[in-house]
Amino acid sequence: MSDGIMQPDAPEELEGGTADLFSKFDPLIKMREGLLSTGQKDPFSLVMEKVLSPTRAICNGRDTILLGTYNYMGMTFDPQVIEAGHQAMRDFGTGTTGSRVLNGTYQGHKECEDALREFYAMDHAMVFSTGYLANLGIISTIAGKGDYIILDIDSHASIYDGCKLGDAEIVPFKHNDIEAMEKRLKRVPEGAGKLVILEGVYSMLGDVAPLKEMVRIAKEHGAMVLVDEAHSMGFIGENGRGVAELQGVMDDVDFIIGTFSKSVGTVGGFCVSNHPKFEIMRLVCRPYVFTASLPPAVVATAATSIRKLMQGSNKRAHLWENSRRLHSGLKELGFTLGTDEAQSAIIAVIMPDLEQGAAMWEALLEEGLYVNLARPPATPANMTLLRCSLCAEHSEEEVSTILDMFEAAGKATGII
Amino acid sequence: MDRADTDSRIREQIAPFNKKGVTITDGTTFQGDLEFDSLTVMDFVAAIEDEFDIIISMNQQAEIETYGQLVDAVHKQRPDAGTTA
Ligand SMILES: Cc1ncc(COP(=O)(O)O)c(C=O)c1O
Repeated sequence: MSDGIMQPDAPEELEGGTADLFSKFDPLIKMREGLLSTGQKDPFSLVMEKVLSPTRAICNGRDTILLGTYNYMGMTFDPQVIEAGHQAMRDFGTGTTGSRVLNGTYQGHKECEDALREFYAMDHAMVFSTGYLANLGIISTIAGKGDYIILDIDSHASIYDGCKLGDAEIVPFKHNDIEAMEKRLKRVPEGAGKLVILEGVYSMLGDVAPLKEMVRIAKEHGAMVLVDEAHSMGFIGENGRGVAELQGVMDDVDFIIGTFSKSVGTVGGFCVSNHPKFEIMRLVCRPYVFTASLPPAVVATAATSIRKLMQGSNKRAHLWENSRRLHSGLKELGFTLGTDEAQSAIIAVIMPDLEQGAAMWEALLEEGLYVNLARPPATPANMTLLRCSLCAEHSEEEVSTILDMFEAAGKATGII
Repeated sequence: MDRADTDSRIREQIAPFNKKGVTITDGTTFQGDLEFDSLTVMDFVAAIEDEFDIIISMNQQAEIETYGQLVDAVHKQRPDAGTTA
């Protein structure tokens, strides 16, 4: 009954009678071929030939405004951050060639974890090689066989994969539905371990979770709470700690997961926590132990960037201005958006279907604008979305230009 | 409570999701015969969970392909489940 991949009734036989393990991908291969045969440019193989700044790159030889990078705070070209990376590479070399628990913990990894502890005002911080691995590792290690994970159905793939790896019972509830979550918590067998997993901002529609109520209810039912704040770090909440901070529930969240690949502007992931036994994770969490640690230049840029984000209130305010202007401008043009007002730095434009969405994506690229195309099955309700993520470095004029481009492309494709 | 009772209550719940009016037997499959997509599965599972006040985890859902398997899985979870299958 689960949403498995459709398999042909009779698997194709290769010579020698071995079934082709790739035949399960045939429906997807066909769908792609169908789309591309109409002359549509492949939205999933764009190459950035040159990157000029956090908001501009050369794509297909053309100067392009970037509006789909999650580079919210524009830290990727910050001179101090770049210098920290250069220095670390000179002093410590290009890579650690080892696991965090063997030869892969350098001074820089410690400093990066110190910066995170300060940023979140939490006792413990653990840096992973990506945010994907942070979710995979923490979730699979703390919730095992016989435990129950209650999670929002629109959770990120790394959360679902973490649930599966740990072998806990996976119980999804309808997106952002407080009552549906509470009903399921009540039904968990007595005595079973419970973990509630939520996200601060959901990256498909850019909407925010009602963490205040959800975290309270989770705690009332004796559950531990993990919140993925990948899309809020640095600009939501008084200190940029995320939606949990904004809604005043930081003290009741047991684990915050985050990433360096968005606001921080490099690559890597982390978990921060006040759990008194948290440090044991470093020995038992396989996606932490059995992979090489981040290169010295990466942790140095991350630590510098995190410390700069603590003082980023001007940039934060400008990011919010950008987000609100884009949202109201697109709404005035007649586009259908994922939220009624701007709730985050993600503005999702809902397309009528995949064909028109792909055509609009290509028309925008020809105008000189890059946005993210999101399509089923990765999207909620099987929608096709053009996801726009704003950057604190987008100027007011750039936002106006972006709106002009949307108007031109929208009219050319008949979407508005 | 016997299995027939569980069966009839599930039948009531499935009706609004059975858009094509497929005749349902124990062997009817959700994906193949009823053509449930992931969204329909989500709404249908929630309806059954609420009707019986139970959890059908994704792990359990992965094991359930046919209508009959669903009735068995739900019936097993009913605290008042009788033995007369
Ligand atoms: C909600 C959420 N969690 C986790 C991740 C994974 O982060 P990373 O890119 O560091 O692997 C992402 C982004 O891809 C995300 O959107």
